[in-house]
Amino acid sequence: MSKKITIEPVTRVEGHGKVTIKLNDAGEVTDSRLHIVEFRGFERFVQGRPYWEAPVLVQRLCGICPVSHHLAAAKALDVIVGAGTGDGLTAVGDKMRRLMHYGQFFQSHVLHFFHLSSPDFLFGFDGDPVTRNIIGVIQENRDLAIQGVMMRKYGQEVIKHTAGKKVHGTGAIPGGINKNLSIAERDILLNGADPLNADKMVEWSIGALEFFKGYHKANVKTVDGFANFPSNHLSLVREDGAFDIYNGVLRAVDTNGNRILNDVDCQDYDKYIEEEVRNWSYMKFPYLKSLGKEKGWYRVGPLARLNVCDFIPTPLAQKEFEEFKAYTHGKPNGMSLHYHWARLIEVLHSAEMIRDLLNDPDLQNDDLVVKGEKLYKGVGVIEAPRGTLFHHYEINKDDQITLANLIVSTTNNNQPMNTAVNLTAKSFMNGQKEITEGMMNAVEVAIRAYDPCLSCATHAMGQMPLEMTLINEKDEIIDRKNK
Amino acid sequence: MATKARILVYGYGNPGRQDDGLGIEMVKMVNSWIEKHELNCMTSEDNYQLNVEDAETISKMEYVVFVDATKEDIHEFKLEKVDPSAKKVEFTMHAVSPAYVLNLCKDLFGKCPETYILGIKGYEWDFKEGLSDNAKLNLEQAYQFLTRKLANWSDIRDNLPITMLKEWT
Repeated sequence: MSKKITIEPVTRVEGHGKVTIKLNDAGEVTDSRLHIVEFRGFERFVQGRPYWEAPVLVQRLCGICPVSHHLAAAKALDVIVGAGTGDGLTAVGDKMRRLMHYGQFFQSHVLHFFHLSSPDFLFGFDGDPVTRNIIGVIQENRDLAIQGVMMRKYGQEVIKHTAGKKVHGTGAIPGGINKNLSIAERDILLNGADPLNADKMVEWSIGALEFFKGYHKANVKTVDGFANFPSNHLSLVREDGAFDIYNGVLRAVDTNGNRILNDVDCQDYDKYIEEEVRNWSYMKFPYLKSLGKEKGWYRVGPLARLNVCDFIPTPLAQKEFEEFKAYTHGKPNGMSLHYHWARLIEVLHSAEMIRDLLNDPDLQNDDLVVKGEKLYKGVGVIEAPRGTLFHHYEINKDDQITLANLIVSTTNNNQPMNTAVNLTAKSFMNGQKEITEGMMNAVEVAIRAYDPCLSCATHAMGQMPLEMTLINEKDEIIDRKNK
Repeated sequence: MATKARILVYGYGNPGRQDDGLGIEMVKMVNSWIEKHELNCMTSEDNYQLNVEDAETISKMEYVVFVDATKEDIHEFKLEKVDPSAKKVEFTMHAVSPAYVLNLCKDLFGKCPETYILGIKGYEWDFKEGLSDNAKLNLEQAYQFLTRKLANWSDIRDNLPITMLKEWT
């Protein structure tokens, strides 16, 4: 008899994610879908607003990664105010934004790994759900849990000092920034009381990587075999091929590492990328036009970034990158749980970059803004923690926004997440007499590896409950689970 | 010598989503009140939502009042005591509940400040800044209630200037 599992939303939010898994009478998974159930209206909402409001307006999208939207919008508006396409800002403008961005990367990745994913590693996907959480981590490895909290706090402090404030920060404005970093602020971040200083963050980042690598070594089969599938990969890279999360060109590689998008200008993204609408989800499915809907979908995020770039321009992260690349003999890595490995290498790189930037005297310069000849279209692309983020605005002669198109990171990973859910459901549930909580958690582990922000994808109010439903061939609910 | 803050008022929400900004607005009002009366024993924080690092922030406090907007079927506002709870409310944990933060504080830092949640009823949640008229009324009433509550807590009274004690007694 066919079955159905659901995870219901328990908060006040309207939008949420749903996973539906369909089983036939033999207990085999015949279909699965990760779908999103809130209408996206943000692009229409900003139409008619003055363009300079965009970097602050877009923070209404999501309270989880406002810095990413803030910076992507500011980059798009740099183009509109004639400040160039990423390389036209003053040194202090460019470096303050980068410092803000690395602070965001650091805190976002740390939260994801320590507090979301480490319980799965410490206790197993099918561990007792009572202890398979951060409370269990505290009991098992209290130092690790405290490090996660303090690293997260440090990243938030970097954001506060660069964006001006935690809520609706205004640090980035069209053509530059509205403040530099004072000596006092620099000293707090660089040499703050232990553990809140740059050196300690680098040290702890290395420790987090060692923790993951130790787990990987002891569980090679699980880590490598879980939701392992070939795909294309897309990300921003610096023009010389270096890892760069703030500015550069768009590059994509196929499953063998061949370039299928060869360092193209971000302003032309819509020549290369299309979004498909499917009638069962409000989240679109982006793909490379040249390869079509079936073959053109791609991964974004930490794994994709390390698959796409040629090197990482900080020494400690580069050493880790070389080890990461050697593991797949230089070929793109398709192992979903290796997202965590890549994420932690990015944590280390972020810590190194924060330390380097804090030692850079350019951050105390006063030439904050540049302007040039106004244009009527601007595209801002950055690598958000979850992956490539596109902001595209067009304005009229009255400076009002006439068009806005946002492709958020989680949307870029829509097809990969669906593929990972399908593979995991088949691997864990096919032919099983009973669907256990551990099996359903395995499906969540697959989604979590991509660190989705359903709030961004749906523009809900910063929360993201998930509903999982297991149905039979008659579409009758067998089981349901809400988180 | 400056008095170390022992009481934290922490508002959270997204002010870009209309009444979801009630917690942030409350913090602005409480801040003015704190500054006006030089209440060094109190401090405030605001953010889009609560996060795990807030466990460290509240670990230094004796009293904590979280302030958030609510859709619950209540009258203007509601103050409830918070007990530690390990129950997650979100799939991804990018946002956590006051009870969860308190639980983390207890387990990680061995502290458990007396903690409350002040829920203020909101009505509109669109992509706009600014509170709805009804939410503003609720905020004002909640503010009067909260400041009176803070002032009448005996531990706080010890640090209040004489003028404040007269005002709130």
